[in-house]
Amino acid sequence: MAFFVEVLVGGLLAGVMYSLVALGFVLIFKASGVFNFAQGAMVLAAATTYAGLVDRGWSGWAAFLAALGVMILFALATERFVLRPLVNQPQISLFMATIGLTFVLEGLSQAVWGSVVRGLDLGIPDTPLEVKGVLISKFDLVASATAGGLVVILALFFQKTRVGRALRAVADDHQAALSVGIPLERIWAVVWAAAGAVALVTGLLWGSRLGVQFALTQIALKALPVIILGGFTSIAGAIVGGLMVGASEKVAEVYLGPIIGGGIENWFPYLLALLFLLVRPDGLFGEKRIERV
Amino acid sequence: MIYREAGQFRISYAADQRIFPISQDRVGMMLILAAAFIAVPLFASEYVLSALLIPMLVLALAALGLNILTGYAGQFSLGTAAFMSVGAFAAYNLQLRLPWLPLLVTFALAGLISAGVGLVFGLPSLRIKGFYLAVATLAAQFFVDWLFTKVGWFSNYSSSGVITAQRMVIGGVAFETPVRRYLLVLAIVSLLALLAKNLARSRTGRSWMAVRDMDVAAEVIGIPILTTKLLAFAVSSFYCGVAGALWAFAYLGTVEPQAFDLQRSLQILFMVIIGGLGTVMGAFLGAAFITLFPLVLNWLFHAVVRGDVRAGLLSQLELVCFGALIILFLIAEPHGFARLWQIGKEKLRLWPFPH
Amino acid sequence: MRTNNRWWLPAALVAVALGAGPARADGEQFMPVPSYRTGPYAAGGTSLYGGFIDYMNLVNMRDGGINGVKLTWEECETEYKPDRGIECYERLKAKGPTGAAMFHFYSTGIAYAVLAKATADKIPLVTIAHGRTDAADGRFFPYVFPLITHYWSLNTDIVRYIGQREGGMAKLKGKKIVHLHHGSAYGKEPNVVFQKQAEKYGFEAKIIEVPAPGSEQQAQWLEIRQFKPDWVIVTGWGVMNPAMLKNAARVGFPMDHIIGNFWTGSEEDVEPVGAAAKGYISALINPPGKEFKVIQEVERVVYGAGKGNMADKNRVGSIYYNRGVLTGIVSVEAIKVAQGKFGKKPLTGEQIRWGLENLNLDAARIAAIGATNFVQPLKVTCADHEGGGAAKFQQWDGTKWKVISDWVQADKELVRPLIEESAMKYAKENNIPQRDCAKEKS
Repeated sequence: MAFFVEVLVGGLLAGVMYSLVALGFVLIFKASGVFNFAQGAMVLAAATTYAGLVDRGWSGWAAFLAALGVMILFALATERFVLRPLVNQPQISLFMATIGLTFVLEGLSQAVWGSVVRGLDLGIPDTPLEVKGVLISKFDLVASATAGGLVVILALFFQKTRVGRALRAVADDHQAALSVGIPLERIWAVVWAAAGAVALVTGLLWGSRLGVQFALTQIALKALPVIILGGFTSIAGAIVGGLMVGASEKVAEVYLGPIIGGGIENWFPYLLALLFLLVRPDGLFGEKRIERV
Repeated sequence: MIYREAGQFRISYAADQRIFPISQDRVGMMLILAAAFIAVPLFASEYVLSALLIPMLVLALAALGLNILTGYAGQFSLGTAAFMSVGAFAAYNLQLRLPWLPLLVTFALAGLISAGVGLVFGLPSLRIKGFYLAVATLAAQFFVDWLFTKVGWFSNYSSSGVITAQRMVIGGVAFETPVRRYLLVLAIVSLLALLAKNLARSRTGRSWMAVRDMDVAAEVIGIPILTTKLLAFAVSSFYCGVAGALWAFAYLGTVEPQAFDLQRSLQILFMVIIGGLGTVMGAFLGAAFITLFPLVLNWLFHAVVRGDVRAGLLSQLELVCFGALIILFLIAEPHGFARLWQIGKEKLRLWPFPH
Repeated sequence: MRTNNRWWLPAALVAVALGAGPARADGEQFMPVPSYRTGPYAAGGTSLYGGFIDYMNLVNMRDGGINGVKLTWEECETEYKPDRGIECYERLKAKGPTGAAMFHFYSTGIAYAVLAKATADKIPLVTIAHGRTDAADGRFFPYVFPLITHYWSLNTDIVRYIGQREGGMAKLKGKKIVHLHHGSAYGKEPNVVFQKQAEKYGFEAKIIEVPAPGSEQQAQWLEIRQFKPDWVIVTGWGVMNPAMLKNAARVGFPMDHIIGNFWTGSEEDVEPVGAAAKGYISALINPPGKEFKVIQEVERVVYGAGKGNMADKNRVGSIYYNRGVLTGIVSVEAIKVAQGKFGKKPLTGEQIRWGLENLNLDAARIAAIGATNFVQPLKVTCADHEGGGAAKFQQWDGTKWKVISDWVQADKELVRPLIEESAMKYAKENNIPQRDCAKEKS
């Protein structure tokens, strides 16, 4: 029984890490309707900038601010050069453009900072905590706290501030928002910058787990089942989806895995998400689409 | 002036319904086919045949399959590589266990098996739409990947899971040399492209386009959504399956699940989008662009920047250039190369007059 | 217009490619360098091929080439993908006055894909520490050379080392050993040999797969914690490695009872984990460090003249860099052997194949190169294309690697029959004739 709790808790904590990544996707999709495939590359670029600067001797906070600045610049550039010219184009073209962005970001960060693998020490010890015979990782706890904190900040931002309200208006209906006088370009820049900040935090946490290397871009794949479970447009959905995916993935691997043959972690979350989608085709918390003929 | 219809009268319905009703188009097509079948094998080097043209043609076939699904029927799919994988492994196993089957029948059967798998993974499309469906098809991608790595039977219990595709022999003639392999691939691809074009023009194609445009309305006027969508998945997976079999047999020579990963699915999706959604020619143009352009960039960089520039830096810069060009191209023409070609033809109809 | 609308483009490319390109002097031996400097394995690839190029530069600059024949090379980015690998192969195979000398792809997928083509084109495919293991049986694979040590020999080396640490192979009976591997063709390779050794020595074997790419291993390590093995052997690659170490630390598994293979023990893998990985052991076919004469020569001659390939000089002496130098050493020595028979001029792939097959690096020759303790003695024959089979072991002390053992020899008695069985199965499936090694003695 203790083992099951251990696996479950480990899974839940891992799931929070996934939802961190999913948050970036949700932010952008919510506000601009773009499925941002470049989120993984943004994580890499942010983490590499931070690690590269720290390597050069910068202090942690200075590097953090500098990396944040880089992501904001990137958001501004993307809005100006990619999103604005492609306004009103079909979703699939925008998706494709974000793939182009992925290549640009990957190439640039590796060209500027090199392809060396860097360690990231955030000062969080990774020694296990033992609570009633269940092993819990300190690092995962800190990561969950961070993710939780981020969600609270983002939720407050969306609900309480003017910019947040404008973002919700844009997400609801671009045309209506424009007609009320909300500056679409500035909103998009803000959203992409926010996603960039989320990417930076994600990059720091994942980078200290795996080392800052190219493989960080593949973290984005982990977030996909989370957003289809939770819904593309819901922040709460990202968290709930992440928890479900994380827990089910680990429990399935340990208990179902040996029966079927092991290594099922990769596709099990997708299967689960698929089954949920059959019941709720827009995700658990996603916006229900209304189709009119 | 040259490209005019004046003087061409179509005196039968059959003549009117041709794929190329204008005779200049027909002549142009014949020239291209002649060049592809005769001139290229005669003049192209082995490098061009084996490393450029064969992969381009095979991927164009897969892009055709995805175009049928995403371009004509409007079902967004990211599982293309999984269906290619199924086709490749099916062809290998058929050749292994039923060696008396003729090779072309093997490829066709592999395509059918792949179509079956596509049917199963296409079932969610009846309920799920858009990006949700795309991510759901990723389930196919990862599951198939896992299945072929895990279950030794598919790879004939080889210790590493990589299998070597058998030699291709049709009617006693071995297809080993680059020229022969190229001709075989070209023949299969041309035939299937013709089939796709005709499918698109038929009632099936029209019902797909109706479902793509507004499926609720299509259902209202009596188009059976269930069979239409599932047929799209099946036909698309058939094409992808044959493409996968060709990729393994005629190009790589080996079959391993890693060759058909998510990157491959995305690559084929790029081809379809850059080439032009919903056109047969778009598949070929997109395939040509995506396979040849990185090499062009590579060659360009090497020719322009000689000497002591770090090789790694060059490769990274190529990647940046490629990404930037994709974005630029999408901004310039979001409907892809096929649309550019269409505009070109329309302008040619009027040339030298401006309007 | 339906089909290939730009048929003239490839023709134009070929024409220009033939025209452009630096003028090649006659009298030079061409070595293709199919590197991967982008993508997830770029860190390793940059060091590997950097070391290789640096050694070739050393031979050119210090010795004036191989008996006067200078080496020239051209890089081609494969991105570690089989289709790019084939494109690079086709592009580079005919370059130079006599064609490509040999190919080092350092990617199992590409090696498999190019195997049949290289054999048909008569260009040796050297697959040091990767590729098709059963190609060690040279009777069926005349053009493939999995030199030095392949996965199966390595697995026996690791088990033998474990035996050493336990106080003798007999002590292995009843012990529990886990093989944690990457979920790919590469990762599965050693399983056959691992199981056979479990039968032979009586230890309980458990095989656990980590789905590629391997950044998530929590479930697997919880399983390991439940199983309570004595040792864990890891066949990892890329991001799986640091993730493996972190997860092991997290469940509190003792680091000095984890042994990684030669692709699971580089600085790139351990540095992100740092002090937490202290005690971790990995196998190697070449030691790290700059204390070897050959590495010092590279620094003195090549970096001294500012022609070093590595942008970050701190990487000189790392595991992968040294492996690249090892690649260079083996390639140059093979060409020397071939020149002994065919003359001191640029040689064709077929002639260099002979050189590879008759490569005999003994202690005297190794000392002359300045590679004592760096490369193991190698004797390649027609039937045995591996030539070595031994491995050393190193341990991470928190900041760097320290070699902690001497060369551990492979269990050839156990491995050879398995290789022959697998090679014959391949030969039957593909109608490959068996070479008669006795007749070919020349």
